[in-house]
Amino acid sequence: MKAAVLVFPGSNCDRDLAVAFRQAGFQVDMVWHKDTSLPDGVDIVGVPGGFSFGDYLRCGAIAARSPIVAALTSHVEKGGFAIGICNGFQVLLETGLLPGALMRNAGLKFICKPITLQVATSNSDFTQGYNSGTTVTYPVAHHDGNYQATDDIRKALSGEDRIAFRYSDPLNGSVDDIAGILSENRRVLGLMPHPERAADAALGLTDGVAMFRSLAGAVVDA
Amino acid sequence: MKARVHIMLKTGVLDPQGEAVRHALGSLGFEGVDAVRQGKVIELDLAEADPAKAQAEVTAMCDALLANTVIESYAVELL
Repeated sequence: MKAAVLVFPGSNCDRDLAVAFRQAGFQVDMVWHKDTSLPDGVDIVGVPGGFSFGDYLRCGAIAARSPIVAALTSHVEKGGFAIGICNGFQVLLETGLLPGALMRNAGLKFICKPITLQVATSNSDFTQGYNSGTTVTYPVAHHDGNYQATDDIRKALSGEDRIAFRYSDPLNGSVDDIAGILSENRRVLGLMPHPERAADAALGLTDGVAMFRSLAGAVVDA
Repeated sequence: MKARVHIMLKTGVLDPQGEAVRHALGSLGFEGVDAVRQGKVIELDLAEADPAKAQAEVTAMCDALLANTVIESYAVELL
């Protein structure tokens, strides 16, 4: 059971993500952005939060063109799992592995606080540890989390039950209060809130533990 | 030769920063600003001397990196 966590210049949640994976039983390798391949046998790739490349050009834009992301894309195309959290979500959108875009928060402020989310579907290996409709508390810390997509994409996301999380209250201007979405094969999750920062009692929040445990269960079953 | 790329949010995409600038102009007493859209300008120094080739090259750069065509449109100007 192996996880790889990508590390870019400016990543700052990479080690939190590694700890969350390890606590769920994964063996974790940190993988530098200039590497061109993932370690053998990786089940899931984590794209962490932070400010990769200083958010230059657009959040996640430079990271999305780095050498390791070609390996990530091929891992995903072969049906591998991937999770992108916060800046990692921005990277997944910039690569086109998930649809839509994240724009500046509607209120223009950086938002850093624990918030409540609704688990919009339990039909994924990321969210099957929760009941659909359950409310969880994860922290958010972002300036560009305002999810936007065309009407066609919104219809597809909602029709195919691919909205994973919604903000319980409007937060940053995201359409349909979308906080996280799944890929068509439901094996790639991108979300702005941080489950890995809600995965240890010492941090005060533990609602994220269920996500990493359910991923571990899915990988064992696979 | 030099190229200048103008990148703007597509029509219909909400621009919260432009909206904030519009409010600020109003509060400074500048009346009659109906809308503000904020974009970016990128200047490139190119080795290519042929305008048609330069245009094609910069267009490819825009699609690959400089613009996010999900939300942004771009225009290439050769100088």
